[in-house]
Amino acid sequence: MAKVKKIIKTIKIDVDKCNGCRACEVVCSAFHANPKYSSNNPARSRIRMVRDPLRDVYLPVYAGEYTKAECAGRDKYVLDGKEYTECDFCRASCPSRDFFKEPDSGLPIKCDMCEDNEPGEKPLCVQWCLNNALTYEEREEEVEEEEKPGDVETGLESMINKYGLEKIKDTIERLGHK
Amino acid sequence: MRYAETGFNLEIDLSRGSIEREATDQKTTELYLGGLGTNARLLWDRVPPEVQPFDPENLLIFGTGLLTGTPAPGANRTIISTISPQTGLMAYSMMGGFFAPELKYAGYDKIIFRGKSPSLVYIWINNDKMEIRDASHLRGKGAIETAELIKKELKEPNAQVASIGLAGENRVFTASIEQGRSSSSRLGVGAVMGDKRIKAVVVRGTKDINLARPAEFFGLCNDVLKYIQFRNQNPVPGVMTILQGLGSPQEMLHVDEKWHTENFSWGNARTRRKEFWNKEIEDRWKSVQEQARTRLVSCYNCPMKCGAIISLPGISTYMMKCFSKLTYTMAAMVDDLDFGFRIAQRATEYGVDGFSTPQIMAFAFELKEAGILTDKDFEGCPTDNEGKFYWLLDKIVRREGIGDILADGVYAAARKIGKGAEAFDHNTIKKHEQLPLKLGMLNPVYFLMYATGEKVNITQIEGQFPQAPFPTMEEREAFVKDWIQVPHEKFKKYLLDWEVRGDHSNPTYPTAEISADIVDWQEKMHYIDDALGVCAGLSSFPLKPPYHIHNYPSFISSGAGIDMDETKLTQIYNRNRNLIRAINVRRGLRRADEKPPEDHWRKRFPELEQNLLDNYYRFKGWTNDGIPTKKTLQDLDMGTVAEDLEQRGITKNG
Repeated sequence: MAKVKKIIKTIKIDVDKCNGCRACEVVCSAFHANPKYSSNNPARSRIRMVRDPLRDVYLPVYAGEYTKAECAGRDKYVLDGKEYTECDFCRASCPSRDFFKEPDSGLPIKCDMCEDNEPGEKPLCVQWCLNNALTYEEREEEVEEEEKPGDVETGLESMINKYGLEKIKDTIERLGHK
Repeated sequence: MRYAETGFNLEIDLSRGSIEREATDQKTTELYLGGLGTNARLLWDRVPPEVQPFDPENLLIFGTGLLTGTPAPGANRTIISTISPQTGLMAYSMMGGFFAPELKYAGYDKIIFRGKSPSLVYIWINNDKMEIRDASHLRGKGAIETAELIKKELKEPNAQVASIGLAGENRVFTASIEQGRSSSSRLGVGAVMGDKRIKAVVVRGTKDINLARPAEFFGLCNDVLKYIQFRNQNPVPGVMTILQGLGSPQEMLHVDEKWHTENFSWGNARTRRKEFWNKEIEDRWKSVQEQARTRLVSCYNCPMKCGAIISLPGISTYMMKCFSKLTYTMAAMVDDLDFGFRIAQRATEYGVDGFSTPQIMAFAFELKEAGILTDKDFEGCPTDNEGKFYWLLDKIVRREGIGDILADGVYAAARKIGKGAEAFDHNTIKKHEQLPLKLGMLNPVYFLMYATGEKVNITQIEGQFPQAPFPTMEEREAFVKDWIQVPHEKFKKYLLDWEVRGDHSNPTYPTAEISADIVDWQEKMHYIDDALGVCAGLSSFPLKPPYHIHNYPSFISSGAGIDMDETKLTQIYNRNRNLIRAINVRRGLRRADEKPPEDHWRKRFPELEQNLLDNYYRFKGWTNDGIPTKKTLQDLDMGTVAEDLEQRGITKNG
C-alpha cells in the first residue's frame, strides 16, 4: 500500500503552567453550543479539569472515545509526590464518572479539535489559555494509506451484521426485479 | 428567555427550614443590573433600620453578578450583602473564586437567607435538588477542612463550598466566609452566617447560561483577552511594581517587599521602619516565599494569577492571595515572613479577616504596654512576638477572656475597655479597621474616598487614577497617550496639570471640583463591577484595565439583551450608589462619621477638607449632611426611597 502524509493535531498540556482557571471549559462549551457561543456550561465541555487545589492537582483532560463499561481494575500513579488515579488521565466518556457526557441526555461527547473553526485557527481552549498550559502543534506523519470503505459498503456491512448475509442478498435480488 | 442571568433566586428561611425558588422581575435587572445593585434593593425593601445584624429578620444574601458565569473573563464574583455587626451599616463583602459561577450553573442568581436555624446546618444545592443538612459533626472545624469533609461526604469533588470556621460560629465581628482560593472577609459577613447557624453553603450546577447576541459578546471577550495580553507585556512605567500590572496586587508573585515594609506601618499602625529592607531580609523572604508557594492560581475564567497554594512543613496546605502574608507579620513586629505564612494558615481555617484581625491584636498588645490591659487579661500568654499573636488569635476566635471583648473589633473594644483605650483606636473609620498606612501630605482625592466610601475600606474604592502625580511632563504625556479608559478627555488634563510641588499639587490640586469628579469615576467603575460580578482586578482597581465605561455597555447589551449605553449605565451606577447611601443614612450614617483617621496624614487642612466634602455632597445631589435629596432620588426612579426617608423625618421637604 502507498504511503501518505497525514496531519496529526496535538495539544500539548503543560500541567506546571496550569493556573486552574477553567477558561478552557468555558470556551469549549460556548464554541460547541448551538448556535455557536449562545450558551456556556462547563458540564458540557470536551475538556475538563481534574482539579484538587490542596493536593496541587491541576490536570486538563480531553474527551475521547465512549466506553460502555468501566475498567475492572484501576491503578494509581504517584508522580512528583502526587497521587493520581488512572481515571484522572483517562479520556473516556465512561459510566464511572460524570465527565464528557451531555448533562441532560447523558450522551457521550468527544473533543473534535474545534474542526468547525476557520482553517488554520487553533482549538479554542488553546486560544483562551493565556498561561500557555495548552499549546497546539501540528505535525506531519507518513502513514500507510488506508483503503477507505465507501458509505454504501459501511451501510451494507452494518445491515449484514444485523440481518445476516442471506437475508440481505435475498432482499437486494427482490428489489432488483421491481 | 433571560440572558446572562437565570431569572431565579433561592429564598431560604432557616427558622422554618423552607426553600423556595422565586422568579425575579427583569425590570429590577434593568434598574440595578444585579449583584450589589439588586442585593441592595432587597436589603432596602426587606430590612428596615430597626433590624439589628443578629436579628432573624436580617438577610444574608449570596449574590452573583449579571455577567458572572458568562464567558466574560474574570466575571466570577460572589457579592455577599447583609447588615454588618461591626458598623451597623450595610456590609457588602465580595469574593472571587468559583462559587458564584457554579450557583448560576445550578440555575440561581442569588441565595437569600432569612431567619435562624435551630441547630448548625449546611445547605446543599445540586441543580434543582436542595437540602438543609445537619452540620453538627462539623462544629468547630476549620473552614477549609469543612469544605473538604463535605465534598467527601457528598461524593461531589466538583461542588463549590463557601464555609465559616470557628470565628464565624462564635460570631466574631471580623469573621470571614472562606472558599478555598478566595474569601469574603470584610465587615463581619461570617459572623452573620454563624449567627444564622449556617456552617457552609455547597453548590453544584450543570445547566447552561445563555447569551442574547453570542457572536458580538464573544468578540468583546476576545478583545478583553487581547488587551490583558498587551498589558501583561506592557507594565505601566513610573509607578511602583505592584501598580504596574493588572489583577489584584501580585503579592504572591513578587517577593520584593521594600515598599510595603518601609512605607506601611508596623504594630498597631504605628511604626514606620524606614531601614527595614536589607540584603539579608530580602534573601530570607525570597527563599521563604518561593518554598511556601507551590503554584500561582486563578479564580474562575481569569488568566491573572493573584493567588497561591501555600504548603509548609507541619501545617495543612491552604491558599492565599493579596496582602495577608504581610498583615500578620507587620502587626506582630516579626521580621520573618515564615511567621506570616504560618499564622495565616490558622487564621484561614478559623475564618477571620486578614486585615482587621492582626490590627485588633496589635491594638491589644499596645494597651497592655500602656497598662490599660493588665497581665491578668493575658494570663498564659507567651512573651515572644510570634507566640503572643497565636495565643491571642485563639482567644479572639473562641471569645475567651479578653478575646471576647476584642472579637468586636478595635472601635467597640476600646469603648468597652475604657480607661483611655479610645485614644489607641486611631485607625478606624465608621468603626472599621483601615489599612495600616500613615502619610505626610493630604491627598484630596484619597481624603474623599476614605471619608465617603460606603464599603469603608480604600482598596474597594481606589483605582483608575494614579495615586500620585508623575514628576515630569514627559511621563504624564506618555501616560495619557493611550489612556483609552477615561470617561472624558478632561481627566487627561487633570493628570497633566497635577504637579509634585507648587500651586498645582496636593492638597489644593486636584481642586475640590476636580477631586469630586475623579472620585466619581473611580466609584462608578467599582459599582458597575460589583453589579456585574466582574473582578475589580480587571477593571476598577488597576491602572489601564481591559474593562471600562466604553466597552461595558456592549457587554451588557449583547450578553443580557438589555439595551445599554454609557449614559444609561452611569444612571444605574448613580442609582446603586444612592440606594446604598440611603440604606446607610436610614441606619444613621451622617457627615460626622465621614472622616479619615486623624493621623492618616501628618499635614491636615480642616477648612479645605470641609470644602472637599461640601463639594462632593453637592456633586452627588446630597444635602450638606450627606443625605440624598428627594429630587436626586426621584430623578433616579427611586421616589419610594425618598418618601421613606421623608416619613422617617430624615429629609424634610427634599
